Amino acid sequence: MANSQILTDAPVLDDIQAARRVKIGLISATVRYVLLFSVGLVMLYPLIWLVGASFKTNSEIFAGAGFLPESPTLDGYIKGWQTSTPYTFGRFFWNSFLIILPKVIGTAISCTMAAYAFARFEFPLKKIFFVSVIAILLLPNVVTRIPQYILFRDLGWLDSFLPLWVPSAMAGDAFFVFMLVQFLRSLPRDMEEAARVDGANSLQTLVYIVVPMLAPALISVCLFQFMWTMNDFLGPLIYLSSVDKYPVSLALKLSIDTTEAFEWNRILAMSVLTITPALIVFFAAQRYFIEGISAGGVKG
Amino acid sequence: MKGQRFLGLAYLAPYIIGLAVFTAMPFLTSLYLSFTSYDLMSSPKWSGLANYERLFTRDRTFMKSLNVTLLYVFITVPLKLAFALFIAAILNYKLKFINFFRTAFYVPSILGGSIAIAVLWRYIFASEGLANMALGAVGLAPVDWFGDPTNALFTITLLRCWQFGSAMVIFLAALQSIDKSLYEAAAIDGAGKVRTFIFITLPLLTPVIFFNLIMQMVQAFQEFNGPYIITQGGPLKSTYLLPLYIYDEAFKKFNMGYASAIAWVLFVIIMVLTLVAFWSSKKWVYYAGDKRS
Repeated sequence: MANSQILTDAPVLDDIQAARRVKIGLISATVRYVLLFSVGLVMLYPLIWLVGASFKTNSEIFAGAGFLPESPTLDGYIKGWQTSTPYTFGRFFWNSFLIILPKVIGTAISCTMAAYAFARFEFPLKKIFFVSVIAILLLPNVVTRIPQYILFRDLGWLDSFLPLWVPSAMAGDAFFVFMLVQFLRSLPRDMEEAARVDGANSLQTLVYIVVPMLAPALISVCLFQFMWTMNDFLGPLIYLSSVDKYPVSLALKLSIDTTEAFEWNRILAMSVLTITPALIVFFAAQRYFIEGISAGGVKG
Repeated sequence: MKGQRFLGLAYLAPYIIGLAVFTAMPFLTSLYLSFTSYDLMSSPKWSGLANYERLFTRDRTFMKSLNVTLLYVFITVPLKLAFALFIAAILNYKLKFINFFRTAFYVPSILGGSIAIAVLWRYIFASEGLANMALGAVGLAPVDWFGDPTNALFTITLLRCWQFGSAMVIFLAALQSIDKSLYEAAAIDGAGKVRTFIFITLPLLTPVIFFNLIMQMVQAFQEFNGPYIITQGGPLKSTYLLPLYIYDEAFKKFNMGYASAIAWVLFVIIMVLTLVAFWSSKKWVYYAGDKRS
């Protein structure tokens, strides 16, 4: 095609194409929004329904698809909170807290130390140890669970929180080590070198220079560990046998097993309560979740 | 810093001890136990290949459980990833409320592992639950979700697909990092949206697809909470995934040796599939800056 022809046709073609493009753009934008809204509805409606249904009377729960209770009642919350055990749900929340707090602190400290070692030091077998981090990341827990159980039994740790705390406090959650190493490698070393020149030792450098710079990643680590521990079911199921040590996840399972079949609102009410801490933490610190997961990629 | 040769090891000490005590040793012990019969009361008795022989020749529950597990993984993982990628691709257009949508889609992932959500699932797919009401609203017959062996597994697949958010966020981050000039170049060459997606976007996404695929697969093979709470493995063992079988053998019947053998079969399957994925990744995963195309 000759150049002149393109030149003369161009403006007209542009006008028509521009008009078409606007039209197509409008249609496809509409399609996109409709699609996103309907997917969003399907995503969130079960949760909205859960909250609404927890305030319904038992006879109303399966009567319709709406989420607004006709005659709202706190019955489910009051009776569910009492549980069929000698303890209230408050006790189980306290247990969850007792499991989570030391675990999160232990994770943060041990994973920071490991990441510091990998990102800032040369030492024998470094490569092999780093490969082991990836290996643990991919190793299915199912294969180590039985010997771990036997080990904890021999140590006399069964029915205590130790099996839930200690492996994490030894940097056992390789994902966090990996994530912190990646983050630390991307940080400049100038500040650390300056501190060393000023006479700080490596531990002082870690505490006063590296940890503050690492803070955003560390917050992500703590938040994810909080969520995962809050949701963890299999660990407590295997290791804890006395009801007075149950975290909320086990207590909820217990209340399903022991509540009369038609007392639905109690179970729904306690379900709402068990997910509330996680939701509050998520909405308060959303940014760290999205950044953490985008940076390292996460299971979930 | 020559005197500091072992300082790194000092910082790594907790990790190394944990690695030895809580991972390496248990890993080898479980291999050993899988060749024994061990009830926790007396010491393990060496039984050679007896456990494996029983698994593959006489144990019908195992065969059923293995089939169900493979079916579950091969349906759930691709479905979840495809959906996550699809939504991420839509969100990648310059849309208003993108943060709102991203949050809304991510919330189920935050809660998904929770027992409360599994409980909720029991209510939603109950015979008079939300799912059947929704079907009724569009004129479809209600489905017997938990009574029918062909449907029960699918409710767990749906639960995990509902949690596509974390995979989606990773896809979205990768999509947003793609160089816009590539799209402009494709547009100048006259490529349409679909062709651009297939020939430009997808190849650039293969590293994250690969990452998501491995992580989701390893996780799906270990699914426990869903079937344990929602279906208890039933009906007719149609949702009796291998982790449930291992749990029952190990912690209900205390057949530690036999349970270890099942765990090792599961481990070998996961490992082989992971290795296949890594090996094949040379052919389909594209790393920017790589000479291969």
